[in-house]
Amino acid sequence: MPSPEVLGWLRQRFFPHIWCPGCGHGIIMHALLRALVDLEKKKEETVIASGIGCSSRMPGYIDACTMHTTHGRSLAFATGVKLANPELTVVDVMGDGDCTAIGGNHFIHACRRNIDITAIVMNNNIYGMTGGQASPTTPVGAYATTAPYGVLDVPFDICKLAVGAGASYVARATVAHPLLVEKYIKTAISKKGFAVVEVMTHCHTQFGRKNKRPRPIDNINFFKDNSIMYNKAATMPPEQLEGKIVIGEFANVELPEYVEQYLNLIERVGGNS
Amino acid sequence: MPEIRFWQGNTAVAMGAIAAGCRFFGGYPITPSSEIAEIMAVELPKVGGKFIQMEDEIGSVAAVIGASIAGYKAMTATSGPGFSLKQENIGFAYMTEVPIVVVNVMRGGPSTGLPTKVSQQDVMQARWGTHGDHETIALAPASVQECYELTIDAFNLSERFRQPVILLSDEVVGHMREKVVIPEGESIPIVNRKKPKVKPEEYIPYKPDPEDDIPPMASFGDGYRWHVTGLTHNEWGFPTNDPDVTESKIWRLVRKVDRFKGEIVKCDTYETQDADMIVVAYGSVSRTALSAVREARSRGIKVGFFRPITLWPFPVDELQVLLDGVKAVLVPELNCGQMVLEVQRAVEGKAKVFGKGLVNGDLFRPSEIFEFIKEVA
Repeated sequence: MPSPEVLGWLRQRFFPHIWCPGCGHGIIMHALLRALVDLEKKKEETVIASGIGCSSRMPGYIDACTMHTTHGRSLAFATGVKLANPELTVVDVMGDGDCTAIGGNHFIHACRRNIDITAIVMNNNIYGMTGGQASPTTPVGAYATTAPYGVLDVPFDICKLAVGAGASYVARATVAHPLLVEKYIKTAISKKGFAVVEVMTHCHTQFGRKNKRPRPIDNINFFKDNSIMYNKAATMPPEQLEGKIVIGEFANVELPEYVEQYLNLIERVGGNS
Repeated sequence: MPEIRFWQGNTAVAMGAIAAGCRFFGGYPITPSSEIAEIMAVELPKVGGKFIQMEDEIGSVAAVIGASIAGYKAMTATSGPGFSLKQENIGFAYMTEVPIVVVNVMRGGPSTGLPTKVSQQDVMQARWGTHGDHETIALAPASVQECYELTIDAFNLSERFRQPVILLSDEVVGHMREKVVIPEGESIPIVNRKKPKVKPEEYIPYKPDPEDDIPPMASFGDGYRWHVTGLTHNEWGFPTNDPDVTESKIWRLVRKVDRFKGEIVKCDTYETQDADMIVVAYGSVSRTALSAVREARSRGIKVGFFRPITLWPFPVDELQVLLDGVKAVLVPELNCGQMVLEVQRAVEGKAKVFGKGLVNGDLFRPSEIFEFIKEVA
């Protein structure tokens, strides 16, 4: 059961939620709320933004300043909020399609800009809400309603993408590791700069049914059996990492943060006088 | 003392925005509107405001909406292709009732069209560019002075009605240079969005004020918690499919502007009292049209001039009262016939309506409009 503090962050009046029984998104929401409680964030000063998709319904259930925007664009909206009011803690929750397909441009530029926003990417390898179409993270050969003969195109590695684009904190965990998810989200929110936490989750309804993981537990077991910590993975040859999920911290570096630099610029041109 | 400046239209838009209280601009480079972004990049930080060049047109309007939700008066500026790209998020701002100002400096279309040449081909896109029902407020400046003043009006209207307001400039107005008289700061009327007066725990974010159908708007960060969604929502801002709630929300979006049309619409007239013809023109075309009307008057042709300043809502009543004794209404415009449709609707068959379109990238010469008047006369 969630703690009373965590329950205090929920808009229970808006339940029931839309997620299927056994969906992994609730595990991630719980980890996020535990992190916010632990960090002693105030609801009035916390913004949770999202785009479109199952995972993007999360902000509606969180009793903070919440913003359910357009498909793929939430990071651009969140950028406006953060730059306008730097005092706010801004967390952007996204799905894999939302973040890396329609929102791919905003994602890489938020990384590049290193703006102080935490992006939580819930990667279930599929477009769940619209009925199980292939996403940019659906593995090669996996089945989807728009890939009835198996996916041909190579998936993104979201963490490597974020590191390459310049994010200052990048980590991956799975819903089979909820404490790790919480820990990474806490580090991400505390990080001054753009932070990405990719959480591997499952859509047993749309992805699992077509790909031999039809029950929630099949997916949890899959994550447990196939996750390898970053440091160990670094010592393994690529062929042994085939089909594995590398979890851990991919980047944790100090880089100039965008809003802070802009505030310095205002100071420099005398805009505060 | 009022100050005198010699400015380009695009400069006047940027400076008008700052005078109106705009403190956030999100932009993306595009001809012929880029000067607005460039000037905002220079001027905004000097007044403590924020400028950001976003990764694309979609992101720039999204950032502007985000900044407005966080309490800032915010603007973006673009032209044809960029205006097309922004449409989905403009619709988000209509649905979520977030005030923003969107400047479209019109150039030739469709597609990439004529980036450096004037047109008025986006009149209908300004009205119906985004999907779904909404009322549109779109203002068309015809001078550099008006670029300044109407940008201030655009902010005031967007703050008052909690919705996007479009400034529909064009390449000629945006790039020409003229004298501008800057009124003294205190004499500029400034409207700010209505804030909630209730305590945060009593705040119902989309509960309209019965006075004007507009809900008071809290900002993220000022102590209120609320949910913003582009889904059809109830008064709590939470998604719903309820037919009654949906029906009431969408009609309210339209009604909140519709019922104040009389206060919103603006137009300009010349020599209409005894006219048996009226030329209706807007934006840059209105300048050559007015000079053609003067020429025709000097030759004894009884022609008047009507310039809608708000293209949307169109000043229907204001045009209708001029129609006594008018046999013909002439609509020269830089498209293949867009505003002429609205003029036909407004005239209701009381006079014949003649359109004249031009889409070669040039402005009408006064002589061409004069010939048009003579043909119809």
